[in-house]
Amino acid sequence: MSRPCTLLDEPKVMSRDEAQALARRVLGFATATESRVIIGTGARGNTRFAVNQISTAGDNSNTTVAVRSVVDGRVGSASTNRLDEAGLRAVVENSERLAKLSPVDPELMPELEPQSYQPGVGWSDSTARLDPAGRAAAVGRITDQARAAGLVSTGYLETRATAGAIANSKGLFAYDRDTDVALTTTVRTADGTGSGWAGGASNAWSSIDPAALGARAIEKARRSVNAVAVEPGRYTVILEPTAVGNLVQLIQGSINARGADEGRSFFSKAGGGTKIGEKVVDERVTLVSDPFDPETAGNPFTGEGLPARRVTWIENGVVKNLNYDRYWARKQGKEPTGAGGGFGGGSLRMSGGTETIESLVAGCQRGLLVTRFWYIRPVDPRTILFTGLTRDGTFLIENGRITRAVRNLRFNESPIFMLNNLEAMGRPVRVSASESGNAGAAVVVPPIRCRDFNFTSLSEAV
Amino acid sequence: MSTSRRDFVRTTSAAAAGLALAATGRAEAAERAAVLAGAPSPGDAVTNELLMKALDAARAAGAEYADARISLNRTQTIFTREKRVGGLSDNETLGAGVRVLVGGSWGFAATSELTTDGLARVARQAVAQAKANRTAGRKPVTLAPAPGNQRGTWRSDAKVDPFTIPIEDKVALLLATNAAAMKNPQARFVNSSMFFLKEEKTYANSEGALVAQTIFRTQPSVGITAVGKGDFQTRQSNDIAPMGRGYEHVTENKLEENAPRWAEQAVEKLSAKPVEVGRYDLVLHPSHLWLTIHESVAHPTELDRAMGYEANYAGTSFVFPPEKVLGTLKFGSPLMNIRGDRSQPGSLAATGWDDDGVVPESFDIITGGMFVDYQTTREQALWLDWYYRKTGRPTRSHGCSYAQSWADVQFQRMPNVSLLPGEKDLSWDDLIAATDKGIAIIGDGSFSIDQQRFNAQFGGQLFYEIKGGRITGMLKDVAYQMRTPDFWGALDMLGGKASYFLGGAFNDGKGQPAQSNAVSHGCVPTRHRNINVINTGRQA
Repeated sequence: MSRPCTLLDEPKVMSRDEAQALARRVLGFATATESRVIIGTGARGNTRFAVNQISTAGDNSNTTVAVRSVVDGRVGSASTNRLDEAGLRAVVENSERLAKLSPVDPELMPELEPQSYQPGVGWSDSTARLDPAGRAAAVGRITDQARAAGLVSTGYLETRATAGAIANSKGLFAYDRDTDVALTTTVRTADGTGSGWAGGASNAWSSIDPAALGARAIEKARRSVNAVAVEPGRYTVILEPTAVGNLVQLIQGSINARGADEGRSFFSKAGGGTKIGEKVVDERVTLVSDPFDPETAGNPFTGEGLPARRVTWIENGVVKNLNYDRYWARKQGKEPTGAGGGFGGGSLRMSGGTETIESLVAGCQRGLLVTRFWYIRPVDPRTILFTGLTRDGTFLIENGRITRAVRNLRFNESPIFMLNNLEAMGRPVRVSASESGNAGAAVVVPPIRCRDFNFTSLSEAV
Repeated sequence: MSTSRRDFVRTTSAAAAGLALAATGRAEAAERAAVLAGAPSPGDAVTNELLMKALDAARAAGAEYADARISLNRTQTIFTREKRVGGLSDNETLGAGVRVLVGGSWGFAATSELTTDGLARVARQAVAQAKANRTAGRKPVTLAPAPGNQRGTWRSDAKVDPFTIPIEDKVALLLATNAAAMKNPQARFVNSSMFFLKEEKTYANSEGALVAQTIFRTQPSVGITAVGKGDFQTRQSNDIAPMGRGYEHVTENKLEENAPRWAEQAVEKLSAKPVEVGRYDLVLHPSHLWLTIHESVAHPTELDRAMGYEANYAGTSFVFPPEKVLGTLKFGSPLMNIRGDRSQPGSLAATGWDDDGVVPESFDIITGGMFVDYQTTREQALWLDWYYRKTGRPTRSHGCSYAQSWADVQFQRMPNVSLLPGEKDLSWDDLIAATDKGIAIIGDGSFSIDQQRFNAQFGGQLFYEIKGGRITGMLKDVAYQMRTPDFWGALDMLGGKASYFLGGAFNDGKGQPAQSNAVSHGCVPTRHRNINVINTGRQA
């Protein structure tokens, strides 16, 4: 009888030497003018729970080899997870075959020469070693509390231990491994009239406290019953950090410099060019991606093998950088940003202040406290306008106090408008900002209070 | 030189056979080559052997039930913008997933190591995990019977395997489409793409099921952006739906011929009149309505949602609790008839067997506006045993189990959920002619709905003002907000059989980890009275 498999048991996360050996084998089959191989490898584990018990779980391991080939200025790519010699030969042949059949790429950039990289900071043994039994025990710390309270808990715990490597025919090699974990829970009253959520994400499982998350969701579920309807309209809102992360991360969809230069982005300047140098949000707002900050750890290199670096997107309210890929940077006479896609592979830190959620509430005459947003979808790219709804803990604030639960509301709002209407901020914390609860890119944001947040309709959903 | 994908695969498998020979011996190499060639079928000895090893190992380790899937997913993506190919990529992933029940608890593990040892190891891992998941006093999982034949093969209704079409032909068509659009000087940016999937999946379970299926999906897509003074507007070609068909879906939809029309519409949007907020009668084109059906009808009638299993992400449902809504909840107008199926030819959810090994059935979800049934799997059908007994129907799964790949555990996913045509032979034009003050909406756009599927907001691609039964001009910045039962209660006209259209999406998200489901929604044009419309335009 085998014991539950940890992520470090067979199959383990590929080491630097193993990844380099695999990359060399693949490149050894290449006949193209230039070739690049990208290896993604690792293990994922998850445990779901519903109605206060584990519902499903899953563990899987996989390694994908992607090849990009350039033949006489033409580009093709292919990927496989078949790692025997035949599979690796085939993926190279396929990539080269596609390249030969493609037209010449006028935007082709040569492969990079070997680069030097700072080591990544995103690995934690505590995450890599969390096994199914450990996940089940963690889930128990939430479900036991909920059952004892006569409430119904549902939730999700996911771990990833992965490694990525890039090598090319010019001798470039980059390798990094990292871990991610996310734990989220929604606790509801048995009659479905109350719902509360709490969640956390990190590179390190040791920094997640399941019992505390469970207690917070339970408290919200209890307080959310007997919600009353308020009129849709413009409200001062206190947004908890998760709600801030839900919205601020959306700016990354518009951060591409090319779209701005082409006149089809919020960051396009009227009459041509971009808004770099223009003030677009409150002067207290700074947005940074730093893959080497342990709280926002990300890949130390981009998908092309460019060393990643700390990038300031917005500083004191002013646009400092947009994301330039290598081609667009050359065309516009700029340096490539080295941030990968969007905010450096998605990681983001926003500046903060000294307030607490309690003091933000205390400073509000009448407003709404929002736990998180849901089903957030783009409406108008010209203003980064999105729609979505509040969910799992929305409360009325009167005279500096939370007085009662309110029905959920739909918003039509832009994070740009929201950050212009900023009143006050608290201390930034790492949040689980994805709607799906998947472990992923780091988002570190403060709770905020802002005015005139635009709610357009009421929802009966609990 | 033109090389087809079929030739390539043939070469690869020959190479695989040759290379594996030295290491592992002739017989095993030949079997492995058969797997790599990607033609799993019940007659394929090596695939079946691996599945049986997994089931044996699971039983030996203590599983009371086990199923195993081996699948090879091949995808091809071609992306162009203006005169350039932006990406050309072939991807494949091959592996096995094993699911077990031990003491009424599920376990699942998956691996890309397709050897007898790899399958046995992953089966034992799934059993160990199921044991770790058992908790005192938990309600054990039991499965409804799976009626019908559980051995055989099935293939999508695809006439032309997209992987046999030369890449140059696909690239040439996309670049010609872009050029046709860019003849319009204000159509400044054009993206076009093709996506193809071929999945070969073999499934076996410990009750004797053994089925092999070949599934195709195809999506051609074009997006055209017009730029004017301080404004930009995009027209997506989403009047062409993704489908479970082959390359014929690309050729039949005539991208190059349609491109000038899409370009013209993108440009026209720049000068369209901003909508005045208020209440309007909406005339909804099927290329738009499929998404509203998906969000407001298909999702809330998933039984796992209603029972709270998806509360942490996808949400719960207003169609709850089952004992108070089945056969009694008025969902919409008497004109509304909704059916679930996995059999419409070319539909994305079409399949011979679901991932529980069940032959799917067509079933009514809403009849004459009344809610009558949920979507179910084998695990869930028993939850409604009382209702099926009461209504004199067998307690069986509707066949809604699905996993997006070998690496993911299967769970309840929606089948095709479609609005049936009306009895009168009405057309889109008939609905417009009958409308005094309204807005006609074509194509899907922005979409968002709450976690119980009450409050939704939808945009679109094209919006037209209707006055006195005629279209009088184009509008922009339109979105409608709705409460699901009110919106469907306000349905007062719908098109006939001739106006039926199958829309759909590849990327229906649900579950944790989130999995994508591909699903079609058939529908006809509809009219909904007095719906709230907002203006989404703001000044930056």
